[in-house]
Amino acid sequence: MIEFRLDSTSGVSPYLQLVHQVRQALRLGMLEEGDQLPTVKEVVARLAINPNTVLKAYRELEHEGLASARPGVGTFITRTLSDASLAAHGPLRREMGRWLVKARQAGLDDESIEALFRDTFRSASAEDVA
Amino acid sequence: MSVAVTTDGLGKRYGRRRWALSDCSLEVPSGHVVGLVGPNGAGKTTLLNLAVGLLSATTGTISVLGGNPSDRPEQLARVGFVAQDTPTYSHLSVADHLHLGARLNPGWDAHWAAKRIAETGVDPTQKAGQLSGGQRAQLALTLALAKRPELLLLDEPVAGLDPLARREFLQTLMIAVADDGVTVVLSSHLVADLERVSDYLIVLAAAHVELAGEVEHLLATHRRLVGPRRDSVSLPGDCRVIDASHTDRQTTLLVRTDTPIHDPAWIVEDIDLEDLVLAYMGQTSNVERNRRSGLRVQP
Repeated sequence: MIEFRLDSTSGVSPYLQLVHQVRQALRLGMLEEGDQLPTVKEVVARLAINPNTVLKAYRELEHEGLASARPGVGTFITRTLSDASLAAHGPLRREMGRWLVKARQAGLDDESIEALFRDTFRSASAEDVA
Repeated sequence: MSVAVTTDGLGKRYGRRRWALSDCSLEVPSGHVVGLVGPNGAGKTTLLNLAVGLLSATTGTISVLGGNPSDRPEQLARVGFVAQDTPTYSHLSVADHLHLGARLNPGWDAHWAAKRIAETGVDPTQKAGQLSGGQRAQLALTLALAKRPELLLLDEPVAGLDPLARREFLQTLMIAVADDGVTVVLSSHLVADLERVSDYLIVLAAAHVELAGEVEHLLATHRRLVGPRRDSVSLPGDCRVIDASHTDRQTTLLVRTDTPIHDPAWIVEDIDLEDLVLAYMGQTSNVERNRRSGLRVQP
């Protein structure tokens, strides 16, 4: 069973923080298929958050096919994230390494590289939404 | 969607001049935890007291769970209220409070109340006046919840509590929401708390409703724009500037919009609940300032 936490300074909405924590636990192998997530009441009692926030996070996980609710029992993990995506990490990392070399050759320092990455990432996500 | 509280043109005047609340039209849907925020004197306590029937309106109407707030005992039994500073009877014991609650409330859940008090570790024989602030707040909340209300109104219940007592209070409250689906309206200055517990927001300022809506929708429709200084700004048609600040080089806007901003000259950022609340509270002070400076120009 994982234990949720909330960072009130992150600027990320509470429900997304819960979703991210489940995804991260799946990636790191801390959660596996068949594992039960804490009940809504357990999360509410621990974090003092709105039950709708927990429900929304669990619905999002269901929507992504990562979890499913069994009425009267709880919410269970239905899929793991680690193996499939881990295989892709290597090639992506190599590609990004080559990109970093290019960026440095062009004269960008670490901060500019980070800013450029974040900005590109943000506009790409915004286009996805739009 | 059922509605817990509806107000229409609601106003309350104290004495001859001072409007504590003016032209307030709201619909608070059931099943939410509503955060009620605003500066001191904005009308939060007045609105809550009107909803629970402790005050009567000067203008307009208010309907609570479909009824008149002060109509009948049956109406009062459906609404729980914890007033500012969580008042209790200091000379009565905790057990006396529970007896009183049982005698005064038709739907009183004595078993739940006793269990709740046991969980908080308070000795039932202790006088309420000897309790710590946190224990007293828990007692007041237990009394309000044990009547099994459909709507619970809380006026700054956690303002005087230390962080641990505050967390415990909100835990009790959120468990009640999870168990019974009680609708909650909670006034507070502590936006960080509201960020955790509320999914609906009402901002009051200077006796007016500045903003009301579901938190998620409000956060999704407000953006911060940062860009090079410009005095006249052209933005998409549905874009409304809530707050603007300028340095000699830079302009920062907080805008409300339903469409994405694609102008590459702006860095577009998400905002959090605190940004939102401050922007709407600040908006009033800007308006006030303009009004005042406008007056000064008059001969």
